Amino acid sequence: MIQVRDLKKHFKVHKRPPGLAAALRSVVHRTYTTVKAVDGVSFTIERGERVGFLGPTGAGKTTTLKVLSGLLHPTAGEVSVAEHRPQKRAAAFLRQITLVMGQKQQLIWDLPPAETWSLNRAVFGVAPAEFDRTLAELTELLDLKELSQKPTRQLSLGERMKCELAAALLHKPTTLFLDEPTIGLDVAMQVTIREFIREYNQRHDATVMLTSHYMDDVVALCPRVIVIDGGRLIHDGDLRALVKSMMPDKRVSFAGAMAADVIERLGRLVTQDSARTTIEVPEDRLREVIGHLLAGEGIGDLAIEDPPLEDVMRKLFKSKTADAS
Amino acid sequence: MPTMLRVGLAETIAYRAEMIVWILTTTMPLVMLSLWTSVADEAPFRAYTQADFVAYYLGALIVRNLTSNWVAWQIAEEIRMGTLSMRLLRPVHPFASFLATHLAALPLRLVVITPVVGILFLTAARDVVIDDPARIGLFVLAMAGAWLLTFAVFLAIGSLSFFLEKSMSLVEVYFGLFMLMSGYLIPIDLMPPWMATAAEWLPFRYMLGAPVEILIGRYPDAAAVAPVVARTWAWAAVMVAAAAVSWRAGVRRFEAYGA
Repeated sequence: MIQVRDLKKHFKVHKRPPGLAAALRSVVHRTYTTVKAVDGVSFTIERGERVGFLGPTGAGKTTTLKVLSGLLHPTAGEVSVAEHRPQKRAAAFLRQITLVMGQKQQLIWDLPPAETWSLNRAVFGVAPAEFDRTLAELTELLDLKELSQKPTRQLSLGERMKCELAAALLHKPTTLFLDEPTIGLDVAMQVTIREFIREYNQRHDATVMLTSHYMDDVVALCPRVIVIDGGRLIHDGDLRALVKSMMPDKRVSFAGAMAADVIERLGRLVTQDSARTTIEVPEDRLREVIGHLLAGEGIGDLAIEDPPLEDVMRKLFKSKTADAS
Repeated sequence: MPTMLRVGLAETIAYRAEMIVWILTTTMPLVMLSLWTSVADEAPFRAYTQADFVAYYLGALIVRNLTSNWVAWQIAEEIRMGTLSMRLLRPVHPFASFLATHLAALPLRLVVITPVVGILFLTAARDVVIDDPARIGLFVLAMAGAWLLTFAVFLAIGSLSFFLEKSMSLVEVYFGLFMLMSGYLIPIDLMPPWMATAAEWLPFRYMLGAPVEILIGRYPDAAAVAPVVARTWAWAAVMVAAAAVSWRAGVRRFEAYGA
């Protein structure tokens, strides 16, 4: 369980304008500004939940994850993860959590991943039999067989990420902080990682908190999302409810041509090219519009979808910024 | 610890080429060796015969190679790249994991310096080297102390990377003092008295000069060696404490500012 009460993390940052004169001046007189990376955020996540943690770049996502995993001391507020205060970094706490950062790695670069795994086994005090069992399970879920003996530097980005995840999970943590775990990976690999995270969560009743720039990750994995912007919480709740409240209209797309005035009567045009047309339709008119389309000649390949989460987020951030000003 | 040492050894073996090149570039004692042997060509220079100089500088080469480490660079790099976070999230003190990596490099270092040891015993210098078990035992203790002291000094310098962006320039300052005051360039008993006294009180001598002096029998017996070994370990204890304080303060800052 993760409990966060009014968490604040402020950084004092040395400010220096460009230029030699400014550089010299900053030697004797330094000016600082306070950056409020996280500014009063509260939430509770129950054991076994999968939560998407979203926000634009610089919103405070990584800072929050670093506080939760014990790497950063909070400036103010109360944080409890698996009944520990993370900033103490007690061994019992570290054995229960893991932090995976898509941009940082823990695998030893010039040795095969198996070496890092056995190092982690020793450091986390995992019993050999238990280790073998977990490794066999991870090897099966992530298809690691061919990778464990190759030097890390020879692995592709996706292969390396799979081995990173294995290294991060060998001690069977119950709380997973995943910061952009799929960054830079191709679509097939993203799907593999995603399925693996879900499987791990279900097998071990593990709590998962995930940030990702790929909204597909979030849609596929997280029933609940927490959204922050400018260090403040702007949404916490069910993902579908968020989509519905921000963009209640459904997207209907179809193949085939249709006159502009007809489209206008059916809904709002989103995109149109020679092959395909996409319109937005309020949910209560959906039945009527579909009926009309199905009756129409030369119309086919009909699809109804929620608007993409990217658009929902864009709208959410824009509306919050407008509120603030 | 055994697994940490084993993985450290595997890492050393993976980097064997770099490591050997690095070890072989430690040539300063050889330069000084040729200089001083020509000085002492016809008659001993002060208390040093030609054989003494050969033994001293080959000894310096051995001690330097066995005691040096790269932990300061390692820490600076991990702070700069942010990979230190991964180390902090493991339930073991980072000093212990650094220690394992560097201890694991010792076997390869021993292999590389074996020829130097061979040369030492093939020349007239072998008559200078101690051969009584008591002093040999104390020499091993002095070497262990010198290793730990050097390791702690570099841990402390590395920890300053939490505070300074270019902490590695401190290594240059350190190295300048080390060259002068450790006996690396000139044996301490050939220094002017005031410098020799200063060297006695500073830690540098106990990293290199002291074990070399013990090795080449500058102390007549074990009773004369013991206080030198004691001072080596006292300095090692002081520097480990200093490194621990500096590290703690650094990690606090890291926790406050991130990386």
